[in-house]
Amino acid sequence: MTNPQIEIQLIGVVVAMACAIPGVFLVLRKMSLISDAISHSILPGIVIGFFITQDLNSPLLILLAALTGVITVVLVEVIQKTGLVKEDTAIGLVFPSLFSIGVILIAKNANDVHLDVDAVLLGELAFAPFDRLFISGMDMGPKSLWVMGIILIITILLLFLFFKELKVSTFDKGLSAALGFSPFVMHYGLMSVSSITVVGAFDAVGAILVVAFMIAPAATAYLLTANLKKMLLLSILFGAFSAISGYWLAHILDASISGSMTTVLGLLFFGVYLFAPNKGLLSVLYRQKQQRTEVSLITFLLHLNNHSEENERHINHLNEHINWQKVRSKTVVDLALKNNMISISNNIVSLTEKGKEFTNLALKYIMTNKDEKIEYMKDDFFLFRG
Amino acid sequence: MSITEYFELVFTDYTLRTITLGTAVLGAICGMLGSFAVLRKQSLLGDAISHAALPGIAIAFLITGAKDSNVLMLGALVSGLIGTFWIRGIITKTHLKSDTALGLILSLFFGFGMLLLTFIQKQPNANQAGLDKYLFGQAATLVEKDVTIMVIVTGICLIVLLLFWKEFKILLFDADYTKTLGFNTKFIDILITFFIVLAIVLGLQTVGVVLMSALLLAPAAAARQWTNSLKVMIILAAIFGAFSGVLGTAISASDNNLSTGPVIVLVAGVFVLFSFIFSPERGILFREIRFRKNRNDLQLKKTLQFMYGIAKTHENISHPHAIRILNNFQGFTKGSLRTMEEKEWIQLKGQEWSLTSVGFEEAKNLFNQQKND
Repeated sequence: MTNPQIEIQLIGVVVAMACAIPGVFLVLRKMSLISDAISHSILPGIVIGFFITQDLNSPLLILLAALTGVITVVLVEVIQKTGLVKEDTAIGLVFPSLFSIGVILIAKNANDVHLDVDAVLLGELAFAPFDRLFISGMDMGPKSLWVMGIILIITILLLFLFFKELKVSTFDKGLSAALGFSPFVMHYGLMSVSSITVVGAFDAVGAILVVAFMIAPAATAYLLTANLKKMLLLSILFGAFSAISGYWLAHILDASISGSMTTVLGLLFFGVYLFAPNKGLLSVLYRQKQQRTEVSLITFLLHLNNHSEENERHINHLNEHINWQKVRSKTVVDLALKNNMISISNNIVSLTEKGKEFTNLALKYIMTNKDEKIEYMKDDFFLFRG
Repeated sequence: MSITEYFELVFTDYTLRTITLGTAVLGAICGMLGSFAVLRKQSLLGDAISHAALPGIAIAFLITGAKDSNVLMLGALVSGLIGTFWIRGIITKTHLKSDTALGLILSLFFGFGMLLLTFIQKQPNANQAGLDKYLFGQAATLVEKDVTIMVIVTGICLIVLLLFWKEFKILLFDADYTKTLGFNTKFIDILITFFIVLAIVLGLQTVGVVLMSALLLAPAAAARQWTNSLKVMIILAAIFGAFSGVLGTAISASDNNLSTGPVIVLVAGVFVLFSFIFSPERGILFREIRFRKNRNDLQLKKTLQFMYGIAKTHENISHPHAIRILNNFQGFTKGSLRTMEEKEWIQLKGQEWSLTSVGFEEAKNLFNQQKND
């Protein structure tokens, strides 16, 4: 590995970590799209800041652009408060307008600005190591590493200082206000940190991919855990992992580094979306199938309980009467047999003692309809699940 | 070229006419379908879909190697639809909320698209240039064929809209009721989503990935302010959209440094701002005026009520009283007393007021009147 290669990966990891932390809170607060809005609407801020400072990495430019981000949030809230449109429409109106202003500002001053809309939106990590910070002639490493490093340190510091406030105000606004932590301050604090992170990161990975770095690791982690601390750790881990492996993917394909980092994030999310225990697609589908069979089983048992006459309990009668397909009735009968709920003699199905007991409990459950008791009942009675 | 010159040229110049017609039709169809997106609270779906279309464009190019805009648009359509259905899958099957799902699909698909685009750029065949026009859009690349397709799609969309009008409408406002009536809600839902995706894909070439969502939303949001009827709203949105397209093209043509997409979006934004402020029913301006008027009315009536309290203790209701005794009641000014005199509720004489019989009756019925004056 050459020196710039290491530096690029380092920048990638730092950006990913700095984005993942506010990202977790944005996802939990159902404000993911605010990051999208901010990442677009900082454009006019960057352009105006660039007129003043002439340097893409100057702290003043970052603050100015971050201010535009916060203004976006305020504008969205003001429009929403008029009650004329819903929140999502307000977001969708504000950021394209600000972005258009930015594009027009760049186009009108094309001669004075060495700034490209492509560069702002897409970023280019490969060039980051060439813009170096010199302090009294000494090479201190890439500028953007410093910028993002400082932002990351501040973010982590704020996270540790205000962890419980953030936690409370994220999950229970009312409680947090009652305890004296203003949700308002927390909200705007989070918005400011997100804006600063987006601005700091845009020139490394581009404005749109910042959104990926913010939302994707957090969403992936959210599918795996319901614990805030674990979620933070996991999303930092996912971010860092996809930054490094994304770099090597880009190396192999000779393509955009930030693009391939996002692709790795996407693959990671897709994998977790499919295979996550409990919350993944496959386990949800499996659970739904299980429940469908078990509901059928209960219907079947109730039917048996209602009829003492033999022709109603004949095994071939099931298909016509309850209107099930062959496969389904076979699964249900097998399941009932396995659980010792029924016995079959001469093709006549009858309930066992255990079956009767379960059916009575289920009947009681259906009549009173007290929630969720059925799951415990199933645990008590079932040896095998559907 | 100045704007007046533009309007003189628009009927004779082939390029200008094509572009103007194209943006107008595009604005109209986006406005129409955008109304559904806005009312279904799916405003940001447009943003997600337009970003999600990017990998489709790149893959279509990789497979065919041709830059034919129809093939690329087909790719965009497929990838946009995949994005939409994945969003739906995430929302229904996991506990992630819609905002997260939208943001995820938006950024992940876009990132993948970027990967493919940069990959294509490194490929030896040199005719890939111009793919990145889909990022920011270039109205100037519209040719007559594109406009023809837009018109055809708009026509089909109109026919479908008329055919399924009541289904769309009822699904929009009461999805559960629709289901109980026996309509196939899934089909209607997919149909309308399909057309929204189609409109977005049509617009990509003209205004680009980033600004497409605004073109979908802004006309509809503006139209919403003027009416409570779906029919009127859709027609208005189409008109606003078409005007934004034409005006945006005119302004950007009058200055060579302005790209069309952002200008169209800003014009549409001005429409929204104007509607927010000046719409007579919901607008901020008239709402504020109504609010002030009501407050003044209330003040006047409070004063009248107070006077009534004083006057009814006298045998002659028109017995004059000093204005001074109103002092411990704060709600009157010289102006408000004069207004009351104009309404003939009281008579002013020097430093004294007296209630008229009109005013007395008015005050007596203040709390049990149902009519508004």
